[in-house]
Amino acid sequence: MKIAVCVKQIPEGSSRIDPESKRLDRSGEGALNPFDANAVEEALRLRDAAGESEVVLVSMGPARAQDALRKALAMGADSAVLVSDEAAAGADLVATSYALSKALEREGADLILFGQQAGDSDGAVLWAAVADRLRLPVVSQAAGVTHENGKVTVKRQTEFGYDVIEAPLPAVVAVSDAINEPRYPSLKGIMGAKSKPQATVSLGDLGVEPERAGEQGSRTEVYALGDPPARGESKKIEDDGSAAQVILDFLAEKRLV
Amino acid sequence: MSTLVFLEHHGDELLKGSLGVVTKAATVAGGDIAGVVLGSDVRALAEGAGNFGAAKVYVADDPQLEAPLSQPRVDVLAQLIGDQGIDTVLFANSVLAADVAAGLAARLDAGLNWDLVDLTQENGKLVGKRPALQDSVYVDVGWTSEPRLALFRSGSFDPSETGGSAQIEDVEVVLEEFSTAARMVDQAHEESEGPSIEDAPVIVAGGRGLGGPENFTLVEQLAKALGGAVGATRAVVDAGWYPYATQVGQTGKTVSPKLYIACGISGAIQHKVGMQSSGVIVAINKDANAPIFEFADLGVVGDVHEVVPRLTELVKQRKGG
Amino acid sequence: MTKPADVPPPFRIAEYIAPPSDPEDERIDVGVLVVGAGPAGLACAIRLGQLLEDAPEIRERLGEVPVAVLDKGKQAGSHLLSGAVVNPRALRRLFKGRKRIDEMPFFGPVEHESVYFLTEKSALRIPTPPTMKNDGNYVASLSRLGRWLAEQAEEGGAMILPETAAEKLLVADGRTRGVRTGDKGRGRDGEPLGNFEPGADVVARVTVLAEGTQGHLTGVALQRFGLAGESPQIWALGVKEVWQVARPLDRVIHTMGWPLRGAAKYREFGGSFVYPMGGDMLTLGMVVGLDYRDVELSVHDLLQELKTHPFVRRLLEGGERIEWGAKTIPEGGFLALPKHLHAPGLLICGDGAGLVNVPALKGIHYAIESGSLAAEAAFAALQRGQTPWTPGALSAYDDALAQSFVWKDLQEVRNMRQAFGRGFWVGGALAGMMTATKGRLPPGNMRTERDAEVEPIRTDRARAYPAADGKLTFDKLSSVFASGNKTRDDQPNHIVIRREVPRDIAELWTRMCPAQVYEPSESGVDITPSNCVQCGAITAKGGRLTPPEGGSGPEYTLT
Repeated sequence: MKIAVCVKQIPEGSSRIDPESKRLDRSGEGALNPFDANAVEEALRLRDAAGESEVVLVSMGPARAQDALRKALAMGADSAVLVSDEAAAGADLVATSYALSKALEREGADLILFGQQAGDSDGAVLWAAVADRLRLPVVSQAAGVTHENGKVTVKRQTEFGYDVIEAPLPAVVAVSDAINEPRYPSLKGIMGAKSKPQATVSLGDLGVEPERAGEQGSRTEVYALGDPPARGESKKIEDDGSAAQVILDFLAEKRLV
Repeated sequence: MSTLVFLEHHGDELLKGSLGVVTKAATVAGGDIAGVVLGSDVRALAEGAGNFGAAKVYVADDPQLEAPLSQPRVDVLAQLIGDQGIDTVLFANSVLAADVAAGLAARLDAGLNWDLVDLTQENGKLVGKRPALQDSVYVDVGWTSEPRLALFRSGSFDPSETGGSAQIEDVEVVLEEFSTAARMVDQAHEESEGPSIEDAPVIVAGGRGLGGPENFTLVEQLAKALGGAVGATRAVVDAGWYPYATQVGQTGKTVSPKLYIACGISGAIQHKVGMQSSGVIVAINKDANAPIFEFADLGVVGDVHEVVPRLTELVKQRKGG
Repeated sequence: MTKPADVPPPFRIAEYIAPPSDPEDERIDVGVLVVGAGPAGLACAIRLGQLLEDAPEIRERLGEVPVAVLDKGKQAGSHLLSGAVVNPRALRRLFKGRKRIDEMPFFGPVEHESVYFLTEKSALRIPTPPTMKNDGNYVASLSRLGRWLAEQAEEGGAMILPETAAEKLLVADGRTRGVRTGDKGRGRDGEPLGNFEPGADVVARVTVLAEGTQGHLTGVALQRFGLAGESPQIWALGVKEVWQVARPLDRVIHTMGWPLRGAAKYREFGGSFVYPMGGDMLTLGMVVGLDYRDVELSVHDLLQELKTHPFVRRLLEGGERIEWGAKTIPEGGFLALPKHLHAPGLLICGDGAGLVNVPALKGIHYAIESGSLAAEAAFAALQRGQTPWTPGALSAYDDALAQSFVWKDLQEVRNMRQAFGRGFWVGGALAGMMTATKGRLPPGNMRTERDAEVEPIRTDRARAYPAADGKLTFDKLSSVFASGNKTRDDQPNHIVIRREVPRDIAELWTRMCPAQVYEPSESGVDITPSNCVQCGAITAKGGRLTPPEGGSGPEYTLT
């Protein structure tokens, strides 16, 4: 079985938005999106359980994203492909999902895994867009994944409890951070990561037309940055014995009791 | 503008979040608001949406739509949007709605802005507000083409009843083969008793101001009375007063309940980043200078040991009576 | 009052020295092992890469990994923090014919500089002391410079291994064999968790300790091999912030005086710095010697107080703090240097060795130079027919260092820091004399005592610390947040201290620690180790910092 894991690099340390470009300042070094570590871990477990399988990482980002990929390789993934192209900068969901699906098409994986969200932008939708472009079944919020006889069985966590969903391979699955505890890379793993195959491809290599890439290929835009609104009129009182009643009245007014 | 709201249901109820978006849409976009309900045996449900401001409700009623899976819904919506010339589609976030919205974005090459907390019209342009970087920045976002897709953070808008009724229109259900490949084997099996801290609409959390682990019962009782879950700060988890699974904050859970009651919590940034997007924050703390009062909607400077049990009693009385 | 030295930590170096324990075929075998990806360790790795480039047969002999660099931080640079104004001398030598200064990540040369003496309300410009002149020097973020150096080292063939703590020194038959790395995935009580990953023996022909200030294994090695110098090492604690401001700063600024007290009885030696970082960024910090006496002294709070001074406040107006960090600086100087900086199979470089020029506020170029010289000595000892682990085989390093500008500089200013133990004015006069005579006067060597031996006093200093407003002034916890620290809370404790201590000691630690790790309790002191930013102050004042799980701690990017 071939498992592809889509991973992202996010800025290390405290993030900030560049007021000029209105994009996330990506000048900080690349860290592996922590939620993607759950997807990598699950891929490794599925690979090891299935035998004769491989895990390939697929990512999009600046050349520095190699660092994040190397962390995932150190955990035990077999190889990595980075789509890196200046023309991809500023891509939104439409443009990103298009380029990523082109990269995944080339890999021809049986199972494509995602983490539950991006630690920087909090985006939590990419898998569904990619699955649609690839015309593959998708299940998200997986709290458990098993693989048998050419299909995956996924325990999906929703607002209402747990669903069990089956999908034939190839399929796209986004795992939740409750699914596992990612392993620490061993020192040997970290040392071995450097010599694992790491390819970089451009949008041109993938056949992504310039007008469908980056900002040009996007359908959303950012107008302005602002401060968060003040949290309504905030009240502060001293308890003179009636505070509990004041709280109750406040909750009643907000229809919270 | 021709606006469509994705109406999600569970059991035989439309979700409040979806109805809140209908209410919001009616105030932003004006009259022409349609809803869409997709499922099996959902016609009766659809009629209820009129009461919240939808003039029309499309109904895709088909056994193939029974399970809450996203892909068949994408097929139906893509068709509907094209046929009806809909330019704006709004979703209240949920596991299902997020997947439907993103699938649709890819299918239609349509812009999707997610995690929005507000929507306005500015100079004829639709502008969404999206909090970023732990809600420290609010970003104004827009769309460069139609249809425009927007996914709102759950609990952003309250539904309000208009007393209106909606015209019901059936929608044809034609599904792609790959869209029906995923199959529901077992649905929505609830595993835990009380709500989990991530899903709870109400969280009552305790911090060091409680004075000792034994006083967590005060927090538990209030949480029970309100039908909520119990949260804890790092300091008390560290001290072994309460389990790690309940820790809210930077190195614990990030939560956004409708109501967060902080009992004896100072509100250090490490805690704040885990709960600041809660709908309403109530804080009870002895220390009048505690940072939590800077972002609480209602702050009570007082003794948690007195205020919390009294509040529990009052909540019980109210619910009982 | 009880001195910190009266409550020594239950730390036994024997726990941190062991022979290799992994079966031979499972050990990780490297040629030269460098511990610490800071300026010293990376310079060492870069220099080795250069030398091995021209010596393929030696490179071959060193195996698959000729040079490896371990670092406990998340990335190279994550635990690096300095002012910093860098003297480019050592970098020029290291990169001669390879990289120009303008290719290095500097914010620019120092174009103007001013020194001020502050009182509570005023700022008096004073002539720049000769030792502090920065003509020809460059402003840098050491964290950023470190990351760049790591890239250069990797290009030169070194393997950088971040997220890896060097926990034990591997010693067998009297020679250093390498290090054992720390376990990962242990719970609070040391129990292995589901994702437990044991440490590994990393063995090498030569081990270079370049751990920086308060180096864990450096301390162990100095004791194990009897290398400690005649005078004890002392430290200062620096706390700094990076700001985005409305108006760019055009100069390097240093201040003396307020908020420190000049009277000799307080022993408050230090000052502040404000450096431009290009564009709309600047960094400012406060440095105070840890031989201070007042239980209520808090360097973090002094920095907050400093920002309320009209002169400093003006520089920050309309700005926003974007990063925060803290670190100690070895200040013992020449007299506190170890007797030797080598032992069989072992070399010690940089801040770990104490190579810092306090009057000049410089140490980065010494770290780089010592790393380069260590590389050259290691390389010489790796030649065919040489065995680097025989006694004296690496002594060429000490000789080269003694011949270098590092030694000359440090010798000249050897007594200057000690003079300030006598208060600001007497110290200043003595320092002037030393500068004028290049260290010949006053003659002899001044004594120091360990920071932990200084008897504490108590004043009500803390009353004056400003309350945090979240805009200009900040509390310790939000500062820890701004360091990028997101350490797992259920890690085992890595701070070795006595928990049952007198109230004064508990309060001294509480105030001293910039990261709110300590808190007085009924029986002594409680700790929150996950707040720790590994500054090292506790090691100076009665405790012992050991490395936590690799990859934890602060994640500095701009400090």
